[in-house]
Order: sequence, then structure tokens, then C-alpha cells
Amino acid sequence: MHRIISSKSSRRVLLTSATAFVLVGTTLARARTLSGGLPWDVGTATPPVVVRPGPWMFFSADEAAVIEAAVDRLIPPDSRGPGGKDAGCAVFIDRQLAGPYGRAEGLYTRPPFMPGAATQGYQLSDSPAARYRTGLRALADYVKSNFAGKSFSGLAPGDQDTVLKGLESGSIVLKDIKSGEFFALLLANTQEGFFADPIYGGNRDMASWKLIGFPGARYDYRDWVERHNEAYPLPPVSIMGRSDWTVRE
Amino acid sequence: MARKLPAKDVVIIGLGWTGSILAYELAKTGLNVVAIERGPWRDTATDFPPAYAQDELRYAVRLDLFLRPGQQTLTFRNNASQTAMPIRSFSGFLPGNGVGGAGIHWNGQTWRFLPTDFQLRSHLEQRYGKDALPADMTIQDWPVSYDELEPYYDRFEKLCGTSGKAGNIRGQKQAGGNPFEGWRSSEYPTPPLKQGLGAMLFAEAARKTGHSPFPQPASNLSEAYVNPLGVKLGQCTYCGFCERFGCGNYAKASPQTCVLPALLRFPNFSAQTESEVTKINLDSTGKRATGVTYVDTSGEEWEQPADIVLMCAFSFFNVQLMLLSGIGKPYDPQTGQGVVGRNYAYQTTSSVSVILKDKILNPFIATGAHGMIIDDYNGDNFDHTGLGFVGGGYMGFGQTGARPIQTRPVPNGTPKWGAEWKKATAETYQRACSLATHASSYSYKDCYLDLDPTYKDRFGRPLLRMTFDFHDNELKMSAFLTDRLADIAKAMDPVEIVASPRKGPYDSTIYQTTHNTGGTVMGTDPVTSVLNRYCQSWDVHNVFVPGGASVFPQNHGYNPTDTVGALAYWTADAIRERYLKSPGPLV
Repeated sequence: MHRIISSKSSRRVLLTSATAFVLVGTTLARARTLSGGLPWDVGTATPPVVVRPGPWMFFSADEAAVIEAAVDRLIPPDSRGPGGKDAGCAVFIDRQLAGPYGRAEGLYTRPPFMPGAATQGYQLSDSPAARYRTGLRALADYVKSNFAGKSFSGLAPGDQDTVLKGLESGSIVLKDIKSGEFFALLLANTQEGFFADPIYGGNRDMASWKLIGFPGARYDYRDWVERHNEAYPLPPVSIMGRSDWTVRE
Repeated sequence: MARKLPAKDVVIIGLGWTGSILAYELAKTGLNVVAIERGPWRDTATDFPPAYAQDELRYAVRLDLFLRPGQQTLTFRNNASQTAMPIRSFSGFLPGNGVGGAGIHWNGQTWRFLPTDFQLRSHLEQRYGKDALPADMTIQDWPVSYDELEPYYDRFEKLCGTSGKAGNIRGQKQAGGNPFEGWRSSEYPTPPLKQGLGAMLFAEAARKTGHSPFPQPASNLSEAYVNPLGVKLGQCTYCGFCERFGCGNYAKASPQTCVLPALLRFPNFSAQTESEVTKINLDSTGKRATGVTYVDTSGEEWEQPADIVLMCAFSFFNVQLMLLSGIGKPYDPQTGQGVVGRNYAYQTTSSVSVILKDKILNPFIATGAHGMIIDDYNGDNFDHTGLGFVGGGYMGFGQTGARPIQTRPVPNGTPKWGAEWKKATAETYQRACSLATHASSYSYKDCYLDLDPTYKDRFGRPLLRMTFDFHDNELKMSAFLTDRLADIAKAMDPVEIVASPRKGPYDSTIYQTTHNTGGTVMGTDPVTSVLNRYCQSWDVHNVFVPGGASVFPQNHGYNPTDTVGALAYWTADAIRERYLKSPGPLV
């Protein structure tokens, strides 16, 4: 017998995967009193929200074209497997920016905002979503004025690499955003998308896990711990399974 | 105006390891106990079941189970000449939140401190002379000895079912265990975990170079185990998702898997979640606490009267709450006077990355705390004469799972992106490993915690301010330890090694550990400690900080949880056997 005083349903229903349990300034979560036994109710788990295919949710078409071109230079397609674009890295970043990560939910966002030392961490007020908006606008302006009116996605791969290297080193100066910081954010998010579970829209068909030999959400390696120097034989599996586990129509 | 609730015998602030142990021990005696937890209720089936526990992005990168800085954070600066800035997103260390606290997402490394660690200052002064210690180093002896604490270490390890091999049972050396450890009253509750190739290669190289490797003590269990509370834990499956994750398999010791099922059966215990204590209330004399005030998620303020107040929050937040409640004299780094916030310390870690040739390491087959370790360079296990530093740490192979967003080794000099990076990433993953040192962080006059003058939390209370940097003693120690580790790595027949000793300044954006210690130090003298030897406030006798890492006078070369758990049991016994019979100062 257990009893839960006060609302118990609101948290489970409203809480989604990456959402902070307490969103500052909101009262989605409810305080509760637990007594008399472990609380557990059927159907109250908090599974991740699986990214669905479909139109861009954060990027404009022009922005998306730049991101798709950039992620394919950061992780180029080759004989080992697909690049960032075909692996879905741009989709991953789009969905992340449209969600709680993009909005900087749960972070400390109170003023004053002052410049700090590098050891003190990021101190500006803009969310990741805002940093992409600003960075992509500034990048578009830079490419337009330095490459005869072209857009980043219209550049030859070698020129794209030159621009990306200029951002990385800070030798290209962007308006309203530090180019090195913007590049670091783009690279980090691209690699997150490439290596995260496919449920988030990147790492399509577990391309990156096949590339390096990571078996994914395999859960039980008890039989293999002491089989030293032997390659693990099973292919990777995602939280949502594998495509060959599904009956094809 | 706070609404007043019916009085309880005991109010516990925070329901992690120490809160759940104290709640169980005191509810068992029949006392009415309420625990108030700022985070949510969490359980395996709901929050991290095997169906989706292995989600690196959600848990390890977006930090789903951790404290949100928007709810509570602190400010940081390296030294008093800087302006402290708020930690807007946690990355350098990751405080827990919610029922279970950091006990949910720890790695399970379960180490005892060395007997000499408990007499640190007197031992070092006796062996090396008073002049051997830097003038601004504020280390001090613990007010308890290893011998006194041994039965409590034993109890916590039996609660967890810790897997390992003893090196010293009642003074008898045991083959295969840690030859440097303090005596144990019994063998570990469960045998050591199995080891992968990387750990065995390290152990072989360590033996070849004259060291004594042994399996790391782990609370990720090698076999199913029923603990003394009657709660059953499962066998670890080596899935490689411990650190930053909840265990979907009931195989990692946590309040959820070890205490809560038994605790919640007591009709005289209740937990109030998603409710944050804002203040400990004192009576007009200031020498007795009357209870706490907390705020629930609707913003409603409640007063919970109680005869005993137990501060069981994560270390920082015990310090903050004490300062905000006016308990104990705040520390002043100028004069060295005052105690609350004094002796903040951390951990000094470093690494040696190793790339082998023609090896298949399967680095994803892992637990949070398996691996082979040497303790030859910890504490005062080696002669420091002429080395120019004191302290030390353990080192070895303890890779916790090569989850690929965060673990993708490449040879030194590889570009960070592009075709070369992709090729190197693919070719290196299976044959690279990281060795680590995990060493002490002694306390100093200028490393401390106080209240920030500018930044406020969501209730308008000042944030805690951390002022911390590494000192020469620790940097020299890290250089020495990392060199020793690199020597062993060279004996592993590597293609490449890269040694990365710890360098200053301390960078709050680079994850090192969440072993943040001190600020409400326990000691024998109220001039240099906040708590007496029973973790009882010198100033307010019905307030205890039962063993959280904020009570450590300095930090030693081991992970803190075993000592935290032992001190929790130590305090529970003192309250049960002494304080309840005669409420008042125990010293």
C-alpha cells in the first residue's frame, strides 16, 4: 500500500526526455509526499522523444543548406561510410535547436552578464539557438562578400574547408559572434549528432557506430569481458532496435 | 508567511546516500522522520530502465539526471583578485539532484582512505619535519581515526555489496589485494569484477615495473547480492553506462538499490520531493534549531519543525545553507579566522593516453569501477623526501566505457575534423585506452567558499562562491605521478603515449571529478572546524552534517563515497546511542 499526496500525474505526463524537471519560472512539476512504500505506477516511464522525419523545425531552407554542407565537410563521406549530411547531422542539430537544448532550458540565465576568464565558462546571455541564428547570418554575409556573392553551400569543397578553418582559428571575423566559439559549437553538435543514438535524428543507420565498432545499446557483455583481443561479433543496436528487426513491406 | 506543519523528530535535508542511511537508521528506532528533497523522486523502472538507460546524449551530454543550474548553481573564480562568475552550465563537476542524489550516477569506485590520511598533519610533520609543509597549507588531522571508522567502512561496503579483493585482513596481507590499504575486518562482500584486455595489459606492465596491481574496489556488483537491509542487487552486465547514468540493472549500489525499498516501508518515514529547504530556523538563543523552512514547486512556503536537523545535501549546498542560516562563523581568508567555508578542496587528476598496435580492446565493455590499479604512489605510501611535495594518488586502468560522443581517441596531432580525423577515429577506437591518476588535493588558506555578493538563486538568496586554484604542491605531485604512470604505459608496448599532467589554472569547464570537499569541516577544535568528531555543529547542537564530503578537512587520493558512507553510519550511531539519550553537545 502506498499513498501519494498531491498531484502525481502531472510530472510524468508533462516531463519529456530532455526537459528539466523544474523549469525555472514554471510549475510543471509538483511537490509530492512519499510514504508507506515505493511509488510506482504502470505507464509512468520517461522514454526519450524520438525525432521524426519531416520539414526543418528550426532552420530556414537557406540555413539548412549551409549546415548540411558544413557537416559534410566536418565529417566527409568516404569509402568507410556516409558523411555528416547523409548521417543526418543537420537534422539532429535542427531538432536539438528547436528543443530545450536550443532554448538553454535549465541553465543559469540571470544577469548581470559580464566577460569572464576562460576558466569561468560561457558568460553571454544568448541561447544555442540564438548563437546559430547570429552565426549563420554572419557567415552568410562573410561568404557573400568574399566569394563573389555566393553562399557557403555553393562553394567548392576546398573553399568550404578554407572557410571552416578560418572560423576555427578565428582568422575570419564574424559580426556579433566570436567565430572560434561558433565553430566549436557547430563541431561539437555535429559530432554529437554523428555519434548519438539514431533516435535523435543523426547517426542514421548507426553509421558512426559501424565506423568505429561500437555496438550501441547492447546492455549485456558478461560473456565477452574475458574474451580478450577478440572482436565483438554482433552488429550495433539502437534504443529503438535495428532496421533488420522490422518486417519489411 | 510560511505555513507550519506538525512537528517531526527528525528533518533531513536531501535524500541521497547520507540522507537515506540516516533516515533508515533513525526511523528504525521509531523516530518520526521526514526527508525534504529539492529534486524529484527517481526509480529505475521509471527514470532509467534498460530500455533506454544507455542514451549517451540524454544522460552524459545533456545531463538529464543532474542538478539544473537554473535551480541552483554557484559562482567561481580562481583567486580573490577576479570577479566570480556564475557557473551557467555545469561541466567541470556535476552535482546530483533528486532522490538518490549523486548516488544514482556515480561510477561505484569504493575506496577507503589510508590510516595515515586520518592523521595527515601530525604524520607528515613527524616524518618530514614542520618545515616540509607550505605555510599556507591548512591541512589538519581528522577527529576520528581509521581504527574507529573501520567498522563503519565495513558496514557501508556491506550495504553496497562492494566487489573487490582485500589486501589486508586484520593485519594479514592477502595476495592479490591492495598491499597498502588499512586493515579490514572482513573480505569484500562480493568477489572482484572480471577484467578486460586493457586492464590486464596495464597490470602486467605494472608488475614488470615493480608495482603491485589489484582490482579496483567496485560497487557495480560482480554477482547478485542481498544486503543486510534485505534488498537484493543484480549482477553487473558490463554495459559501459555507469558514470552519469542510472543503472538499469539494479547492479550499481545507490540509495535506490540499497536503502529506499526498506526505508519507505517504515510508516514513521516520509519523503517530501521537489521541495527546497531555504533556511534552518534557530531559536532566540541561536544555539538550537527549531526546524527548517522549505518552498514547494507551487512557491508555497512551509515550516517543518523538528527536534533534530540533518544536513544531507551535496557538499556545496550544506555550506551555502549553513551560511544563509547563520550557523557557525563564516571563514575570512584575510585573517584565517572563522570556519564555515574554510578548507575547500578538490581532487588532482591527470591522464596518460595510450595507443597500442594490433590489439582489440573492446573498450565499450566496462563498468564504472572495474579496472586494475596500483596504490604505490598514494598518500604517504612512498618516501617524499626530496620530492618537493606531499600527497599522492592511485593510478591505473579504469576506463569506464568508450561511449563515442565523449570517448574517441585519435593519435596526437590529428586534425579535429575532416577526412583525416574520420580515418584516425575509425582506426584508433579499438586499440586506445586512457590511464589515469587520481590524487589528493590538500587545503589552503586561499581556497574557500563564501556567499557571492552579486549573483542570486531563484529565491533571491546569494549563490555560493568558490575561490579555488591548484597550488604548486599539487602540480608537482601530478607531474611526478603522471611520470610514473607514463613509465608503466611505456611497458605496455605502445605505438604512442601522451602524458597530460594536471596544469594550472583550475578550469571549471573541464570535467575532472565531482569530488568537491570541505567547507563544513569536522575537527577537534572549534577554531578550525565547523563540526565536532560526531559531525555535530559546535554551535547548534541539534544540527548535524552526517558525513557528506563537506566535512572532509582536505581531500585524499581516493574517491570520497566510501568515507561519506562510513561517516554517515558513524554519525547515525552517535545520534542513536548518545544524542537521543542526552540531547546536547556530544563533545
